Amino acid sequence: MIEFHSVTKQFPDGTLAVDDFSLVLPSRKTTVFVGSSGCGKTTLLRMINRMIDPSSGSIEIDGIDIASGSAVALRRSIGYVMQNSGLLPHRRVIDNVATVPLLKGVNKADAHAQALELLDTVGLDRALAHRYPSQLSGGQQQRVGVARGLAVNPNILLMDEPFGAVDPIVRDDLQQELLRLQRDLDKTVVFVTHDIDEAFLLGDQVVILEKGAQIAQVGTPKEILANPASDFVATFIGADRGKRRLAVDSTIARSGDDVVLVDGAGYVAGVIDAPGGVLPGAGVGGTTNSRARSVSNKTDQAGDA
Amino acid sequence: MNLFLDALNFLFDPANLTGTNSILSRLVDHLAYTGLSMAIALVIGLPLGLLVGHTGRGRNAVVAVSSAARALPTLGLIFLIILYTGLGVGPLIIVLVILAVPPLLAGAYSGLEAVNRQTIDAARAIGMTEWQILLKVEIPLAMPLIFGGIRSATLQVIATATIAGYVGLTGLGRFLIEGLALRDYKLALAGAILVIALALCVDAILALTGRLVVPHGVARGLARSTDKSDAPTPRLHGRVSSAPSNP
Repeated sequence: MIEFHSVTKQFPDGTLAVDDFSLVLPSRKTTVFVGSSGCGKTTLLRMINRMIDPSSGSIEIDGIDIASGSAVALRRSIGYVMQNSGLLPHRRVIDNVATVPLLKGVNKADAHAQALELLDTVGLDRALAHRYPSQLSGGQQQRVGVARGLAVNPNILLMDEPFGAVDPIVRDDLQQELLRLQRDLDKTVVFVTHDIDEAFLLGDQVVILEKGAQIAQVGTPKEILANPASDFVATFIGADRGKRRLAVDSTIARSGDDVVLVDGAGYVAGVIDAPGGVLPGAGVGGTTNSRARSVSNKTDQAGDA
Repeated sequence: MNLFLDALNFLFDPANLTGTNSILSRLVDHLAYTGLSMAIALVIGLPLGLLVGHTGRGRNAVVAVSSAARALPTLGLIFLIILYTGLGVGPLIIVLVILAVPPLLAGAYSGLEAVNRQTIDAARAIGMTEWQILLKVEIPLAMPLIFGGIRSATLQVIATATIAGYVGLTGLGRFLIEGLALRDYKLALAGAILVIALALCVDAILALTGRLVVPHGVARGLARSTDKSDAPTPRLHGRVSSAPSNP
């Protein structure tokens, strides 16, 4: 469990990045900080492993103030995955993954054996172990970054827009991989993104932030979609533009028992079962057990809600 | 051509090879001046350059001082120092150190500056201490430039150490000075050839050493930045995917 107590961060140039932020991040859940650029979400993340120290307030992990120990020991106990992988370019993949265990004094043979297992865990071929990072694709580099983050078997994994620089298809893969990993490994994950769809897909707890890391809304994806707390949240999640609300497109000829759904912007969102042209559960609201097939990842969560 | 043949004759005459004032003893002296000066310059220049490169502080001061030091005429400086200290090895070593420090400094700080900031940030974030960042990340990645500085400083010192002959010391420069003074041009030419050959040999040795000290991944050009942030990552709206919706 990670707790922020009235944390404020003012940078030397006067920027107030985080203004009186308090929140509890539950153990073994994924908490996603989502917001626009400059809202302070990365600052929040980097304060957890003391890459940035708060100007005031405190942060506790399992009840212990993180400022009480050494920053280096803290960082070695927390997995960190960043955008653009941050791998050491002069070291082979296997050495990159084994970096922190080696720093902690694990012998080389054990560290390398463990690194190979971690490559399996993140879905990478062991043949890549002796390549250099620049010989890997962006998606593969991110996987190596995740493997390195897991190398010390941390309870906490910090992820700073880890999938921000890969193409959408690879990003989908990586997101699914992370969901699978999280089911298997059960870490406390703190994830930063500016992509609300990614936040809704990955987050157990989603924190929508405004400038100065002011909390606009905290909740599960379903709670936020069903009840946006403010106009800001509604705009941010796209509810006001009708992106989240689907409607039957009557201009498209029906084929069989499927009806085409479109979102507010007119994009074809998917189809839904409608035997005889009648939507099942119509009027009952939310209790439908029909199979909706979405063609857009953006509407998956809307379907859930 | 005769002069050139005479010079070669002198060089390969076994009588000139050993004994006092021979080629071998002056070569040893020349290497000793070079070695001593480089050792002192390395002790001064490398740590200072690495400090400036790692912290990013004091860069302007270092650039100003090393540019000024590069502009100093070595020959003038050595006579100036001798006026104060008298003849001896000391003044020679001082001017050679002043000559060698700027390229060492420049290699060290520009090498560290060229290391990707994100790589350093990541190294710190996974729990490396500042020393570990310096020794395991910054120096290995900066090694081509650091070693380039060492190589160029060494060559400058070898070439300039010929002035030892002007100030009553020996070294290979002595052949040049004596040759000119005695109008024995074959001797002067032989001295010049010796200095050139020594410089080429040392450079070749340093080039080979460089291959050993520069990490594999850096030497193969594989250590280029893994930063792909400027690659466009279009976010497709309503992209058609075959993934079924969550049950």
